[in-house]
Amino acid sequence: MHIREQFPALHQKVYGKPLVYLDNGATSQKPKMVLDVLQEMEGKLNGNVHRAVHYLSMQCTERYEKARVVIRDFINAASENEIIFTSGTTASLNLLAYSFGQTYVRPGDRIIVTEAEHHSNIVPWQMMCQRTGALLEVWEIDDTGALDPKKLEQILDKPGEVPRLLAITHVSNVLGIVNPLSEIIRIAHYYNVPVAVDGAQGIVHKKVDIREMDADFYAFSGHKLYGPTGTGVLYGKEKYLEEMVPWQGGGDMIETVSLRKGTTYAQLPLKFEAGTANFTGVAGLKAAVEFVNSLDAKAIEEHERKVTLKALEALGQIDGCRILGMPGTYYGQIYEKIPVFSMIIEGAHPADMATLLDKMGIAVRSGMLCAEPLLERFRVTSVLRASFALYNTLDELDFFVESLKKVLKMLR
Amino acid sequence: MTIENKQAQIVEEFSLMEDWMDKYEYLIELGKKLPPLEEASRQEKNLIRGCQSRVWLDIKREGGCLYFRADSDALITKGIVSLLVFVFSGHTPREILDADMSFIDKIGLREHLSPTRANGLLSMIQQIKMYALAASAQKPV
Repeated sequence: MHIREQFPALHQKVYGKPLVYLDNGATSQKPKMVLDVLQEMEGKLNGNVHRAVHYLSMQCTERYEKARVVIRDFINAASENEIIFTSGTTASLNLLAYSFGQTYVRPGDRIIVTEAEHHSNIVPWQMMCQRTGALLEVWEIDDTGALDPKKLEQILDKPGEVPRLLAITHVSNVLGIVNPLSEIIRIAHYYNVPVAVDGAQGIVHKKVDIREMDADFYAFSGHKLYGPTGTGVLYGKEKYLEEMVPWQGGGDMIETVSLRKGTTYAQLPLKFEAGTANFTGVAGLKAAVEFVNSLDAKAIEEHERKVTLKALEALGQIDGCRILGMPGTYYGQIYEKIPVFSMIIEGAHPADMATLLDKMGIAVRSGMLCAEPLLERFRVTSVLRASFALYNTLDELDFFVESLKKVLKMLR
Repeated sequence: MTIENKQAQIVEEFSLMEDWMDKYEYLIELGKKLPPLEEASRQEKNLIRGCQSRVWLDIKREGGCLYFRADSDALITKGIVSLLVFVFSGHTPREILDADMSFIDKIGLREHLSPTRANGLLSMIQQIKMYALAASAQKPV
């Protein structure tokens, strides 16, 4: 597959062995066109955005705002005013929790999260609840990892305090199954509850059409999407962003500042972008999205589906191996699976497996994966996760499975 | 045997191993051989939490010396725990405080004791040293 040629990091050796990188759920490698842009930006086109009238500053500003348009089109947002640049999904969700909380949330209101969330889609809401006096309510998953919409309706329909927001992941970083968001959002909207989506994993594997999905907010990171670290996006419907108070104050987010009369804020989207933006990173993020756009989406999806099916079959044959999050039809909804496989294997600790696989050149993740409540739900303290990207091959999958079997022989 | 002697013995044993596979197989063996702590000692108060694996450490003081027993839910961690218990157990707080830890480097396991590893080993050493510090300030019982 010629895609691999575009990723220099994939062609290195670790401990003298060819690198097999299967920790894409944590961060992806970057294609050359992203690396070239970063070098050009840092080495040449370095002038602060939205500030000066000189050439470099104007070039940077143009690139930065062009990136906003590219990302608007990438997720089919209605306007570039709905695209806020942040440092990543976590920052996006913290911004949202603060600004949404200060604007709309009153004591006793309910904020709903699912049990399958990454800590980044739990802790900002807990902090928001502490600030506003709102209550956090949990939509529990079942043993397969799926969410029963009836339970959501029960939560939303409960008389008494107002449900104010549903925060839910597009794809859990542990389970790897795609939540049926359109249906979930339809239900939430029926009860007039806006929905905030953690798209950190989802946007990497699924085409996102934000207007079709009808999510009110959607957060994602650049570094998992073949882009630079320290870049991210918060999409928000303009009607909300327009009303929401800003999060951080400082340069770029102001209209006028007066020590006597106080400060007025800039129009969208700059109202939410205080301080010097990561314009270098954003230029790289633009290149990453252009890279993804340049690929044959159908072929990639087909390839990832093959990897998923083969992996589920091969790992399922390992004695005592249990995979969290299986695809299937639950509650009348189809749950697809992206190539993310979190495993518990009897008689072998994930940390031991990951340590030994590392020595064989294979990068996988072990531990709680920043999802302690989810692991607790399955009564485990640690899992082993192999997460594939579009550049991973079926040969790499075979090598991973064979190596895992060797490791199990050493440990069990 | 002094702490230095014990460390020298470990370094000697590891020097005979040719590649990482031998080293890890040896650690796994040590981990399997170390008797598990009984349930009563695997309590919250003895637990050193890490994202990757957990370590339980039980400390006793007898006749001016400290004695350690420990356990982990991960085998490789437990193998290294076994080395640390062997090195530190049965020595005075002073000897433990003065102990140089460079043998970990010499046997090529430094990465396991890095703060980012989050396997409880670094905290285990810190707790052993802290306990020794506290004990050295008291009179021997």
